[in-house]
Amino acid sequence: MGHGTYMDEDRLTASVAGEVERVNKLICVRPLKTRYNGEVGDVVIGRITEVQQKRWKVETNSRLDSVLLLSSVNLPGGELRRRSAQDELAMRDYLQEGDLISAEVQSIFSDGALSLHTRSLKYGKLGQGVLVLVSPSIVKRQKTHFHNLPCGASIILGNNGYVWLYPTPGHQDEEAGGYYTSMEPVSLSDREVISRLRNCLLALAAHKVLLYDTSVLYCYEASLTHQIKDILKPEIMEEIILETRQRLVEHEG
Amino acid sequence: MAAVQVSEAEKVYIMHGVRDDLRLDGRGCEDYRHMEIETDVVSNTDGSAKISLGHTDVLVGVKAEIGKPKAMVPDEGYLEFFVDCSANATPEFEGRGGEELGVELSNTLYKVFNNRQSVDLRSLCICPGENCWVLYVDVLLLQCDGNLFDAISIAIKAALFNTRIPKVHISEDEEGVKEIELSDDPYDCMRLNVENVPCIVTLCKIGHRHVVDATLQEKACSVASLLISVTHRGTVTCVRKMGGGSLDPESIFEMTEAGKRVGKALHAPLMELLQKEESLGKKRQKVLYLFFIFPGMVLSSHQCPAGRLVCHVSSEEDPPAAVSLDIFHPIIALLLPVDEDQTQQVLITAVFL
Repeated sequence: MGHGTYMDEDRLTASVAGEVERVNKLICVRPLKTRYNGEVGDVVIGRITEVQQKRWKVETNSRLDSVLLLSSVNLPGGELRRRSAQDELAMRDYLQEGDLISAEVQSIFSDGALSLHTRSLKYGKLGQGVLVLVSPSIVKRQKTHFHNLPCGASIILGNNGYVWLYPTPGHQDEEAGGYYTSMEPVSLSDREVISRLRNCLLALAAHKVLLYDTSVLYCYEASLTHQIKDILKPEIMEEIILETRQRLVEHEG
Repeated sequence: MAAVQVSEAEKVYIMHGVRDDLRLDGRGCEDYRHMEIETDVVSNTDGSAKISLGHTDVLVGVKAEIGKPKAMVPDEGYLEFFVDCSANATPEFEGRGGEELGVELSNTLYKVFNNRQSVDLRSLCICPGENCWVLYVDVLLLQCDGNLFDAISIAIKAALFNTRIPKVHISEDEEGVKEIELSDDPYDCMRLNVENVPCIVTLCKIGHRHVVDATLQEKACSVASLLISVTHRGTVTCVRKMGGGSLDPESIFEMTEAGKRVGKALHAPLMELLQKEESLGKKRQKVLYLFFIFPGMVLSSHQCPAGRLVCHVSSEEDPPAAVSLDIFHPIIALLLPVDEDQTQQVLITAVFL
């Protein structure tokens, strides 16, 4: 009787293809291919689409564009004060159209639009790296979505299906708080790791394997025997995913 | 073409990557993405082909009609191109949004084929000055993921290879009135020689280097691109510069040389593949029957790969045939091979997920 179902002559039938969720007598079907439905506390990655008065409009793969209020971002230097008119005018200096940010969902408006905030040092504008788009339903909900993978790159698994891969920052960049984006060229070895991870993520998404740090890492290790550009070929993709699935089953068993 | 937004930092990352010859997906600057080609997909055309290059999907159909030859060249047939950017490809093509791009693509195709060697137009002549074959090449863009020109040109080559033009017989009666008869045998047809049909290679300039087969993100980082059409011998039939940026003459020369090299290397494997596919012939699945499955199949998410459902369908006589369906359509049509006289009972025995 829940979402995604309908009564077909006394039989409850699903109207979408997806996973069945049962809570006591309420049966819902959560579709596999869907837009992101936000929940408070989710980590999302978004792209700025508009700069408006006192807020930014962020595209997060949901039905409506999310909103990032000026009062929800950290000022440079970490000051705590009321936002002035000058701050409003300097908005574009911080975030422009096309920029990527990582943020957390603060609340949900009545029409379903999300209100985001970046009031923590780990959130903010994203620098050099690669964005991978997958379906929101295959990103596993975990305690933390920021991982520094042992293979040499870092990953942010946004709940909205946007996954950000970037080279692990050195210690000296930590205190910038998201304002300084380094334009230094990334080393070739880091680039190879990131490209390989990107192809692995696409392979996992194509086979609907749940994405979390362990599955990504196993897939990476399984792909090491192949060349980076071959990972997306269908036969090789199947091989790698098979091995990843086996290791995941062993890991859980 | 559909455009994606890219941030400044991502652009810098992509440009440095191209400089180091390692693109986002691990390809080198002159590598193509995974390509899948299928011919003879549309049954009511004389030749057809479908190609997917990464996520770019193009469908080409060729229809041969009898028409009047052009006044300037009375002993030759001709080709007519029409490109339709379907609204399915990207929301920008909704309504008349795709018309401009469609017209640009058609005009480029006319330029590419506007020479004597690409297709033997004399073989399309039936009666000089009166009748000739006109090949209407219709291109349908199903999905847009960068590099449209290359995909379209390869699909056209495959479709022309697959084209079967019926043989005609001209009979003249006493008053001199000519009648054109098509032969009754559906297999009595002539094929086109597609050896010299050129393929288009698009090179996008990113930073100081150029890349072949750019994705949409890479396109957003490039300001200018060069489009060259190359035959299998390395002859260039058309060169076009696209984009708002400028290219200095040295880089144009470099890009042309690279394009010639890449284009030449594309033809031999393509022809081999087309000939191999044709030789598979009857063993490929033929579509004859439409069978509807009602909606409402619930599948578990961790078992379902990529929205495709592979069923093994068994019947009494034939061995199980694997058919793959798209699971996200509300009505799933199952296409089965069926003999004309028999009614076959088909049972879905196993669902492979």
